[in-house]
Amino acid sequence: MDMVNRPYAAAFEAHAIQNPDVLCLSADLTSSCEIDGFRDRHPDQFLSLGMAEQNMLSFAGGLGLAGFRPFIHSFGVFLYRRPYDQLMASIAYPRRKVRLMGFLPGITTPGGMTHQAIEDISVMRTIPNMTVLEAGDATEVESIVAEADTVDGPVYCRILRGSVPRLFDTPLRIGQMRVLAEGSDVLVVTAGITTEEALRARAALSDAGVSVRHLHLNTHKPFDAAQIVDHAASVRHGVVTLENHLVAGGIGSMVAEALAEAGLARRLIRLGLQDTYAHGGSKPYLMRYYGLDALSLVRAVERLTGQDTGISEEALGTVRIDAVHSAVKAEAL
Amino acid sequence: MRNAPKSEDIAAGIRRRVFEHAMRNNGGYLSQACSAAEQLAFLYNEALTLGPSTMPMIPPPFGGVPSARNPDYVTGAGYNGPFAPDHDRLFIAPAHYALVAYACLIEVGRMAPEGLEMFNQDGSSVEMIGAEHSPGMEVHNGTLGIGLSTAAGLAWGRKRRGERGEVCVFMSDGEVQEGQTWEAVQAAAHHEIGNLWALMDVNRQQCDGAMDDVMKVGDIATKLRNFGAVVVEVDAHDLGALRQAKATPHEGQPLIILAHSSPTKGMEFLMRRFPRLHYVRFKSEEERAGMNIAIAQELGIDPIVLEDH
Repeated sequence: MDMVNRPYAAAFEAHAIQNPDVLCLSADLTSSCEIDGFRDRHPDQFLSLGMAEQNMLSFAGGLGLAGFRPFIHSFGVFLYRRPYDQLMASIAYPRRKVRLMGFLPGITTPGGMTHQAIEDISVMRTIPNMTVLEAGDATEVESIVAEADTVDGPVYCRILRGSVPRLFDTPLRIGQMRVLAEGSDVLVVTAGITTEEALRARAALSDAGVSVRHLHLNTHKPFDAAQIVDHAASVRHGVVTLENHLVAGGIGSMVAEALAEAGLARRLIRLGLQDTYAHGGSKPYLMRYYGLDALSLVRAVERLTGQDTGISEEALGTVRIDAVHSAVKAEAL
Repeated sequence: MRNAPKSEDIAAGIRRRVFEHAMRNNGGYLSQACSAAEQLAFLYNEALTLGPSTMPMIPPPFGGVPSARNPDYVTGAGYNGPFAPDHDRLFIAPAHYALVAYACLIEVGRMAPEGLEMFNQDGSSVEMIGAEHSPGMEVHNGTLGIGLSTAAGLAWGRKRRGERGEVCVFMSDGEVQEGQTWEAVQAAAHHEIGNLWALMDVNRQQCDGAMDDVMKVGDIATKLRNFGAVVVEVDAHDLGALRQAKATPHEGQPLIILAHSSPTKGMEFLMRRFPRLHYVRFKSEEERAGMNIAIAQELGIDPIVLEDH
């Protein structure tokens, strides 16, 4: 698998220098959000707002009123937990063109509860006027920058940093989910880092004779419920969602709502964090521990089909292990 | 040709209108009119460079909230004039001063008196807690502490675009209890946002009563200076002092004028209710009638003719 180092850094710089009304905002996590090079090369387009997220969000609302399109960079969790009131009143309500770039989504950080955005999709998608995107590979990280900047209103993006696999060769387009397989037994819906897990599981499931239909989501809001329902209707056994997020309010909930509103009866297994916080650890460890990995997906598919595939952890191939303090990351936290 | 109105007269008019409205509607934000009348009169009549209102004298009904499906949405900013590079912008940070701000809009000829009749009526844009779409309101400020940050962002943007217009925030002293206010001051100082200034109504009152009982805030002036603002302290009811304060140089720094006010100025009868002044409700018809006579006399007007309720 092709790995790309720091795809966000290059993509943001390329976009920002072509768009003088784009501003780069940071709250003391500049290198952690891969914008340190941009800060050094384009200081006039960079605003340091310090560890003061409440002010940063309202300030960005004011910049939006002045016609600028601020890109706010921080860890996803810091963009909505403390400054939720400011997000609502200063950005979402007045539809400011503020681009919230949330790094380290879900359990992609060893930082534990305070650093892990595990309910961001749930929170963001209930906010009127908000668009919610998630990048699942290097190509989507590269294309999410310009794509998010087309939104006439605020947008929240889940961004992957550091060394990111390249899975796709076409850019992210808002509202266009990717149909990665068109099987007829089970529908699997993934986004972000769980898509790579599903790709691994699919290969093994295919060998075991299970036909998987696989959708990759990059747009959580607006959510294309009709297309989800069409795909769910075309499989025999049911649907599995696998998300780097709590199952409540995230992709599992979105799919459940879509099926219920369409009156389509399909079994649904929602994989993800099950009403729990996570703790600090490496990504592979946490994905295993909380059941967000390929093996968990295989077991869920077995529950739906009622057939033991015999797929073992070893058969899923060597899981890529990232060291917590790997050199390719901007820094540990 | 009319002579230019005097800010003193506008302030008196604000108090009269708010008093009349409170009498007729069995309560209201009387104390805010007492403390802020001169300040709002000063802002609209003298301190701010505002273009003529772009909005109808009689406010339009509520036209829906901002949404991709509501392309005709407008804020109340047009009452403060068009967005032009040379014009100032005004944020009323404590949105519960709305009644006082509306009364001021009438006094300066930007809204018809009928606008006040729509106050807090269902389906009206003249909302009790000023909304973004309410006359004279430019952004949502009902959650206290966000106004100065928003203004700092707008001012930074205007400075970058080379616009001459400044950004002014009318603030309340209770807002210094919010941490965001201090984040905003430090950011404005750090980024040298000198086209930002604030007029703070220091009446030392908040919803629960006197600020010293609810949460002491200490010496606001010293704290603000330490965070990087240029601070001037004045008597809020002295228009000459307000003029002088506004002229204070503050190159590369935000200016914050602390306007020390009396929450009963012009309606001393209200002291009988101290410290419960945030929203004045009448406990009885007798209290209402007594207040009507006493405060009307203080304001130099006849008692308000009250309809039977």
